[in-house]
Amino acid sequence: MNTSKVATMHDAIAAIVRDGDTVAIEGFTHLISFAAGHEIIRQGRRDLVLARMTPDVIYDQMVAAGVARKLIFSWLGNPGVGGLNAIRRVTEGDQPSLELEEYSHFGMVARYTAGAANLPFFPLRSYFETDLPVVNPLIRPIESPYGDGTVYAVPPLKPDVTIVHAQRADANGDTQAWGLLGCQKEAAFAAERVIVVVEELVDEALIRADPNRTIIPGLIVDAVVVEPWGAHPSYVQGTYDRDNRFYLDWDPISRDPAATDAWLAEWVHGLDGRADYVEKLGAERLASLRPSAPAPSGSVDYGEYR
Amino acid sequence: MSPRAEPPPAPATFSKSEMMIVAAARELAGQHVCFVGVGLPNIAVNLAKRTVAPDLELVYEAGVFGARPARLPLSIGDPTIVTGATAAMSMFELFAFYLQGGRIDVGFLGAAQIDRFGNINTTVIGDYHRPKARLPGSGGACEIAINARQIFVIMRQSRRSFVEKIDFRTSPGNVGGAANAERIRREQGWLGRGPSVVVTDLGIYHFDDSGEMRLDSLHPGATIEAVRDTIGWEPQVSPDLAVTPEPTAVELELMRIELDPGGAYTR
Repeated sequence: MNTSKVATMHDAIAAIVRDGDTVAIEGFTHLISFAAGHEIIRQGRRDLVLARMTPDVIYDQMVAAGVARKLIFSWLGNPGVGGLNAIRRVTEGDQPSLELEEYSHFGMVARYTAGAANLPFFPLRSYFETDLPVVNPLIRPIESPYGDGTVYAVPPLKPDVTIVHAQRADANGDTQAWGLLGCQKEAAFAAERVIVVVEELVDEALIRADPNRTIIPGLIVDAVVVEPWGAHPSYVQGTYDRDNRFYLDWDPISRDPAATDAWLAEWVHGLDGRADYVEKLGAERLASLRPSAPAPSGSVDYGEYR
Repeated sequence: MSPRAEPPPAPATFSKSEMMIVAAARELAGQHVCFVGVGLPNIAVNLAKRTVAPDLELVYEAGVFGARPARLPLSIGDPTIVTGATAAMSMFELFAFYLQGGRIDVGFLGAAQIDRFGNINTTVIGDYHRPKARLPGSGGACEIAINARQIFVIMRQSRRSFVEKIDFRTSPGNVGGAANAERIRREQGWLGRGPSVVVTDLGIYHFDDSGEMRLDSLHPGATIEAVRDTIGWEPQVSPDLAVTPEPTAVELELMRIELDPGGAYTR
């Protein structure tokens, strides 16, 4: 019944991501579509507003490549390693050139949730007695309409494009993921256009056999890109591990602007796409990232009811 | 811990970082549900789970309750926190139901700057709009400080980190003192009672009736002079100042062999 939304990464980014868009490549440590970020760099998008709870190395690379004019975020670091050096270069000192709009984690989750649910704001018990509302006037106190105190509100975040990685989807874009879910679902439902990038394209029947595992329905998906290893150096639960060595290696590279440019030239501009990148990583590196053993879930019985 | 035939021999040497992590882990004895922050809290909590608090429920902001990490995660979003956990969920559920819903006993945080009342800065050094150093920002720390029942902090002590006035208040502690903080918490319906422990590489602080941190224990080899040299105010010192017991061989072995063989946290 449904037509296939399967596209190459090149074609999906070309058709869906435009200069000036607000783009959310989400995924909390897990399921970050580095492949999509690299393709956006390769196609030379400009003036993007990049939203992510944790900008991570992918946004450090995108900022270094000059695609972004602003970040919306809640934790700006290289997890487990230190700072994001390309971003620090344009946000520190007397004349920062990259605009920042910052929240807490719950504030970002709440923003996507309000965007997804078509609400004018989302209330939360956070920000009391902090300087965050001082530097970000979009975080505002509101009185409960029921007379029981003050909470803080954050506005909806509705990205023009949300891009998420996942374990599997069918050709219609019905997408299943497991492990850390971050705010993949909220960010997708909040967006105008959605690209899902998956390790594996599966039959609709496999999706329907386990409907509780579906986080994003094809209803809201514009393109499905099948890109094995597309999250590297982030990871995919059960398929490959986080490449912590890469995150450590990025620190000295990103401290040096020339080394950063050379890395982008070699690993992004110099390659046609993720298949080339995977080949360049090499079989040994890939093999070292496989889980040490399988850990399958038990299966459940949904029952048939006629 | 596995049972042993005889008590392990006393350790020969240990680093200041190892002493700090061990002291922080021991503070978790008797606690039930702990929200684990990035960096040093991660190793301290994982050590506590293997020593003084085997029943501790580890909560990770990435969306995990009841984690049983088989290795020390480099990042707090590592796949090892998912495999074998009680529950993996969206971050909305984690922050809304577990944290804001009042299910967290201890929020365990690190910090770049802290003041005498336990207010924390992890956002910028210098002016916000023209910072000398741009730090990661809140992450979940701001709402953890407000909604976890109590807050533990682990951080190294220095004149740059223990300051009279923090450059940015990312996560509130006892605001301007205990009386003020209690009124604010009551009026605004906070679930948290604020900071209760700060563990550094020199000693252990708890908070006195005025809401200010007070040095209750000095680590072996540390001196009051070293404490005063690395703190931006005249610190309160307990009249019953104790000496922190040295790390045991079991604690050191767990850190060196199992939790942090590369020495990322412990050197």
